[in-house]
Amino acid sequence: MTSAVAFTSVSRHFGSVRAVDNVDINIAEGEFFAMLGPSGSGKTTCLRLIAGFEQPTAGEISIFGQSAQGVPPYKRQVNTVFQDYALFPHLNVLDNVSYGLMIAGISKKERRIAAEEALELVALPGYGGRKPSELSGGQRQRVALARALVNKPKVLLLDEPLGALDLKLREQMQEELKELQRKLGITFVFVTHDQGEALSMADRVAVFNDGKIVQVGKPEDIYYRPEVPFVADFVGSSNVLPPHVTKEVKGIAVTAAVRPEAVRLGEKGLPATVRSTSFIGTSTRVSLDLGGFQMIALLPKGQIIPSAGERTHVSWADEDIHLMEQADE
Amino acid sequence: MHSDRASTKLKVAAGLGLSFMHLPIILIFIYAFTTEDKSYQWPPPGLTLKWFEVTWNRPDVWEALTLSLKVASISTIIALILGTLCAAAVSRSRFFGREAISLLVILPIALPGIVTGISLRSAFNIADIPFSFWTIVLGHATFCIVVVYNNAVARFRRTSGSLIEASMDLGATSFQTFRHVILPNISTALLAGGMLAFALSFDEVIVTTFTAGQQQTLPIWMLEELVRPRQRPVTNVVAMIVVLVTFLPILGAYYLTRGTDTVAGQGK
Repeated sequence: MTSAVAFTSVSRHFGSVRAVDNVDINIAEGEFFAMLGPSGSGKTTCLRLIAGFEQPTAGEISIFGQSAQGVPPYKRQVNTVFQDYALFPHLNVLDNVSYGLMIAGISKKERRIAAEEALELVALPGYGGRKPSELSGGQRQRVALARALVNKPKVLLLDEPLGALDLKLREQMQEELKELQRKLGITFVFVTHDQGEALSMADRVAVFNDGKIVQVGKPEDIYYRPEVPFVADFVGSSNVLPPHVTKEVKGIAVTAAVRPEAVRLGEKGLPATVRSTSFIGTSTRVSLDLGGFQMIALLPKGQIIPSAGERTHVSWADEDIHLMEQADE
Repeated sequence: MHSDRASTKLKVAAGLGLSFMHLPIILIFIYAFTTEDKSYQWPPPGLTLKWFEVTWNRPDVWEALTLSLKVASISTIIALILGTLCAAAVSRSRFFGREAISLLVILPIALPGIVTGISLRSAFNIADIPFSFWTIVLGHATFCIVVVYNNAVARFRRTSGSLIEASMDLGATSFQTFRHVILPNISTALLAGGMLAFALSFDEVIVTTFTAGQQQTLPIWMLEELVRPRQRPVTNVVAMIVVLVTFLPILGAYYLTRGTDTVAGQGK
C-alpha cells in the first residue's frame, strides 16, 4: 500500500526550539488522519511541513512516494483549509473557489462549472456572488473547504478548521467532513487540540507532545489503551495514580490510570475530601483531594452529589485500572 | 442623550472653520480676473480674461509646469516601488535591524526640510554630482517614500499573512500571488500614498531650493514671481489651474477608494 504522506525522522528546529523532533509518520491513502496535541506540541508545524510552508531541518518527507525535498507549496498536490480560512477579501465566493483553477490556466467557463459544483458539495449553492465579508463563520469555513477541494488535491490538510465555530455548528461540520471524506476518498490530515473531535472523526490519531509523537493508533486504542501517562491524561483526562499506588508488574515499573467516569464515591476505598463540584450537563464533575494529590470523578445523573468539604472514600473496579509503562524520566 | 443632528451652534462653528480655511482660496481665484496688475487691490477695479491669454503665451510658465509634473511623477514612481518593497520587508519578515530601518525610513519627513536640503546639497557637492533634474528627483524621493511606506505598512499590517500562504497553496507562484492577491489588497493604499507623494513633491519649495540647479519648479517660479511686481495676476491664473488640476485626481481617488473599508483578512 502506498503511503499518502510519509515522514522519516523529520525534525524542524527554530533556533533552539525543537518544534518537531524526530517524527515518523505513515499516512495511508484515503485515510482520515488526525494530529492531536496541546498548542505548541508540533502538530501544526507538521501540517505546514506537508504543505511546504516549512522545510525540515533534518529527515525526509515524501508525498505519494515522491520526495518533497525543495518542492515549493505551489507545486505540491496538497491543499490546505486554514485556521482563519484565509479567504481573499477582494474576490467574491465564486472567484475565491475558482482561484486555483484560474492559476492553473483553466478556461473561465470550465472553472465556473467546477466552482459551482464544489459549492454544491459544501451545501452553498448560489452563494457565488457574495463577498466573504457577507458570510457567517460556518459559511466561510465551507467556502474555504470548497476552494481547497475544487483543485482535486491528493491530500487535504485541515488546520483546526472547526476551532472558530460554535458547538452546535462544530458537531454538524464534524459529521459533514467525515461524510465528505468518505464520499471523495481523499486523504484528510486534520490538526486539532480537541480530543473529542479527533476521536470522533479520524480513522487514526497521532498524539503529539513536545514535538514528538507519543502514540499513534485507532481512536479506541488511544482512548482505552493509552501507552503513556500523557495520552491517558490529555485524551481521556484520566486520573494518573500516584507512585505509592503503582505496583511493579513482571519487574517493569508501571503507572496506573483510572478514568473519571470509573471513579466511585462511597464508604469503601481511599479516604478523600471533596474540593469542589461542577454541573456539566449530562454529569457532575467532582474534584477530590486524596491527601496531596488530585482526582476527578464524573458522577452520572441520579447519583447523590456530595458538597464541597465533605469527606468520602474513592474506589474503582480492578478492570477499570489501566497500566502503562512508566515514562523514562 | 445622543442625537444624530448637530446643534445650531456646532453647525455655525463648523461653517466658520471651513470658511476660514477655504475663503482665501476663492480670493486667489478672483484676483486672477482683476484688471490691476501691480498690487492686489480689493475690490478689484475691473474684471478681465486677458491674464489667461498672457499666461498661455508665457514660456517660463510652461517650463516650470512641465518640470514640476516630471519631477513629481518620477519621484512618485520611485517612491511607490521602493516604499512598497520596504513596507513588505518590514511587515512580512523578521531580520536584524528591522526596527532601525523602519525608523530611518520615516526620519526624512520628521526632519525639517531645510536640514534635508542642506545635507543633500553638501552630499551632492562632495560626490561631485552636478545639480540637475535628477538631483531634484532624488531630494523629493526621500520624503515621498515615507508617505507611500506609511500607507503600505499600515495596509500590510491589516492583511492576514495566511492570504499569501493560501495563494501559494492554491498553486500560485510568488509573482502570481503578488499580482492576484497582494496588489488588489494594497492598491487603494498605494493609490492614496502615491497621490499624497505626488502632491507633496508638486508643491515642495525648501528641499528643491537646495537641490535644484538653474531649473525652476512651479512653486519656486511662483515665489520668484511674487517678488517681481509685473503681471501679477498671472501667478493667480497659474494657482487656479494648479488647484483645479490637483483637485480632480483627489476627487477621483476619493470616489475610487470609497466603500473599501473592509480590512483584508479580517474576521473569522
